[in-house]
Amino acid sequence: MESKKIAVLSGKGGTGKTFVSVNLADAAGTSVYIDCDVEEPNGHLFFKPALTAEEKVTVKIPVVNHDLCTGCRKCTEFCRFNALAYLKNKVKVFEDICHSCGGCMLVCPQKAIYEKDVSVGKVEIGTSRGVKILSGIMDIGKASGVPIIKKLLETGSKDAITIVDCPPGSACVTMESIKDADFCILVAEPTLFGVHNLSMVHELVGLFEIPYGSVLNKCIDGKNPAEKYCNDNDIKILGRFDYDKELGRLNAQGEIMSRIDKSYNEKFIELLNVVLEEVK
Amino acid sequence: MKIAIPVNEKNTKSGICPSFGRAPWFMIYDTEIKKESFLDNSAASSAGGAGIKAAQLLVDQDIKGVITPRCGQNAAEVIQGADIQIIKSQGEDIEENIRLFENGKLTPLDEIHAGYHNHGK
Repeated sequence: MESKKIAVLSGKGGTGKTFVSVNLADAAGTSVYIDCDVEEPNGHLFFKPALTAEEKVTVKIPVVNHDLCTGCRKCTEFCRFNALAYLKNKVKVFEDICHSCGGCMLVCPQKAIYEKDVSVGKVEIGTSRGVKILSGIMDIGKASGVPIIKKLLETGSKDAITIVDCPPGSACVTMESIKDADFCILVAEPTLFGVHNLSMVHELVGLFEIPYGSVLNKCIDGKNPAEKYCNDNDIKILGRFDYDKELGRLNAQGEIMSRIDKSYNEKFIELLNVVLEEVK
Repeated sequence: MKIAIPVNEKNTKSGICPSFGRAPWFMIYDTEIKKESFLDNSAASSAGGAGIKAAQLLVDQDIKGVITPRCGQNAAEVIQGADIQIIKSQGEDIEENIRLFENGKLTPLDEIHAGYHNHGK
């Protein structure tokens, strides 16, 4: 099987990223499914994996030894995120703003800064039939899921096709999720709002120079603004799924359509083949 | 004593800026000599942590109070950590707020927001 990494994204939540990702991973037979939506991972609700491992994710946060600090402020001037302030002759660290670059520690001439590990979340690993499932879960109250996504993508297997279920939107967490992808699937809804969000991720994958195509979801009779956007912008439509009330019901119950419905299984195998042809 | 106010432009007529961390200028007013000066807010263009950096600029000016319509949590931690008072402005008029402050008519800002971090307007 191809060891390609395919990222599934959309500008907004609820378009069907997880639906497409979960079913594609299942249709592939042997695959890796990575849930990078670490703020609200839900792929596991479909796979109900038997957990095999759990790994903590920590980041490095600076700690200042005030006895060694001479107040030169090299660290506060260095930090691009302004995570350090100097008041009352002491350096104050804003842990939630720190991006763990370690720069303050390097520029400190007194070696007064060291680092501590701070937990930001965890990665759960499990299996469901031939699919290896990795879910990232961010600790409540943490500011950024990026370190967890990094860990997820490092941990993912290299010898099977990997489906990356991305967070909604086009911010840092999405960029981190698609960074090493061989191909991006943009899932789009047939609404004007959906088109606006599609255009955001379209611009993003263009900046990353990753090949991409779209999947039109919840298609209904009549005009499809998302389809028009794809045609106007030369985005290849890889597949389409009609609006299906029964699908909505089963999906909401956590069923994997590709497992319980032959026609959906065939559709996803077809979609997978189209995508694999694109990344060949 | 010196107090600081986030303002829209480098003059006393431009109005108080609704943003603290990303205000283009701070007006520093010295209540003893009744004179103002203006401080370019170099934090306004920061990618992140503008409130912290702006607060640091003011802390380094040895001011005793900040008159502002609102203030984020991180900026407030820096300002209050340096024992500087955060005072709530009334309306947008800069001179009027100075007058109110000197007459003891302004009250402390008690609502500290969690910060907009580029998501607010």
